[in-house]
Amino acid sequence: MEITKQQSLNRNLAAMLKGGVIMDVTTPEQAVIAEQAGACAVMALERIPADIRAAGGVSRMSDPEMIRGIQQAVTIPVMAKCRIGHFAEAQILQAIEIDYIDESEVLSPADDTFHIDKNKFKVPFVCGARDLGEALRRIAEGASMIRTKGEPGTGDIIQAVRHMRKMNAEIRRITSLAEDELYEAAKKLEVPYDLLLSVHRNGKLPVVNFAAGGIATPADAALMMQLGAEGVFVGSGIFKSGDPAKRANAIVKAVSNYNDAAMIAELSCGLGEAMVGINADEIRTIMEERGI
Amino acid sequence: MRKPQIAILALQGAFIEHSRMFSRLGADVFEIRQFADLEHQCDALILPGGESTAQGKLLKELELFEPLKQRIISGLPVMATCAGIILLAEKLCDDDTVHFGTLPVTVRRNAYGRQLGSFYTEGNFGDIPNVTMPFIRAPQIAGYGENVSVLSSHNGVPTAVCFENQLAMTFHPEITEHTDIHEYFLKNIVIPYYSV
Repeated sequence: MEITKQQSLNRNLAAMLKGGVIMDVTTPEQAVIAEQAGACAVMALERIPADIRAAGGVSRMSDPEMIRGIQQAVTIPVMAKCRIGHFAEAQILQAIEIDYIDESEVLSPADDTFHIDKNKFKVPFVCGARDLGEALRRIAEGASMIRTKGEPGTGDIIQAVRHMRKMNAEIRRITSLAEDELYEAAKKLEVPYDLLLSVHRNGKLPVVNFAAGGIATPADAALMMQLGAEGVFVGSGIFKSGDPAKRANAIVKAVSNYNDAAMIAELSCGLGEAMVGINADEIRTIMEERGI
Repeated sequence: MRKPQIAILALQGAFIEHSRMFSRLGADVFEIRQFADLEHQCDALILPGGESTAQGKLLKELELFEPLKQRIISGLPVMATCAGIILLAEKLCDDDTVHFGTLPVTVRRNAYGRQLGSFYTEGNFGDIPNVTMPFIRAPQIAGYGENVSVLSSHNGVPTAVCFENQLAMTFHPEITEHTDIHEYFLKNIVIPYYSV
């Protein structure tokens, strides 16, 4: 599959975020705290996933005015979420020059069959994926970046770990196949052959792959990086904790030195209370099953 | 002659891309993530693209800032791309932040607008013709001091400069297929430095 120059630029923008932490923020003040703590981007949203989960009901794109306030407060890239399949919300986000759109299962899906045709947009998209099939389908639709889906708002890391391990195991399996076995593999995974061929040849996704969902501590971030994430999203974990600035700071450093256990031990000291969290199997709304 | 030892600042950003380029050119590459990494023999430093605020903060907090600054001042060859030129710049427009401040240029961050203002162009880089130059949320060189030589420009605005041991550009040669600019750095700045 030939990719356009815009797609290549968008994939490369995502490459600049590598080794970094993207933080969920709901106000310009939080965005400034995130930037000062060393976030490489912020995700602007009205409610963080833990509150979306608590409030229930339909969850939509944030008010553009609120997003603009955050764009004005920081110089790092600003991302925002739209509902799965809701291309009109995506058009609005592109119109206010958002740097990235997250077509996200955290919001209520607008379409239970079709995702947005992201190839029609200039702005880059990030999408969640639980496995290689989901990831390559999103990339075929035009996503420039993939993240694990985790189970947002729970503070429980188990799903992000499961998704990252599954993705990497599937990539290893595809790498080991003979080239003439890829047609059948593409059929089974329900993905385009040429994208699978690229995974087979390069041993990785054609776009960057971040961890998201349930990351609450420096150790969580280090775990995901050692499992092969190229960077992390931290949602509710920071601003639902006792000392957001300190925790944000510690997670940023843990990501840059994820193999140094002695440093992460120091970073984990005296961070105050972590977000309380809910075990992922104790909840009723399963967001990871949205949009597959 | 021994192989040049290239240090890549690997705190955040697209540092692996630079590693690949220098490996292709036969240099030895290692990452700098913390103070202990400074013990490695080092012939050049690479400041990669990424977010300059995140990188600048980590440099200070991981106690890398002063030692690296002293090495740049004492002549260690440096190659900086995009966020890297912000770290080297003596002055930023509309911003009091100064990181290393060793390169006499004034730089405007995010000068081409948000991600929608990213683009590719082709141009000459010194004597090298038709170099692919990807600009990604790129900064702009708004002014430069004496003895700074301009190696490439886009619409009359400088996009790559050289000053003594420092080579800096606002675009990303590391994400293209071509190793020309990395080779230029090795040949013209690194090799003269360590063969002295």
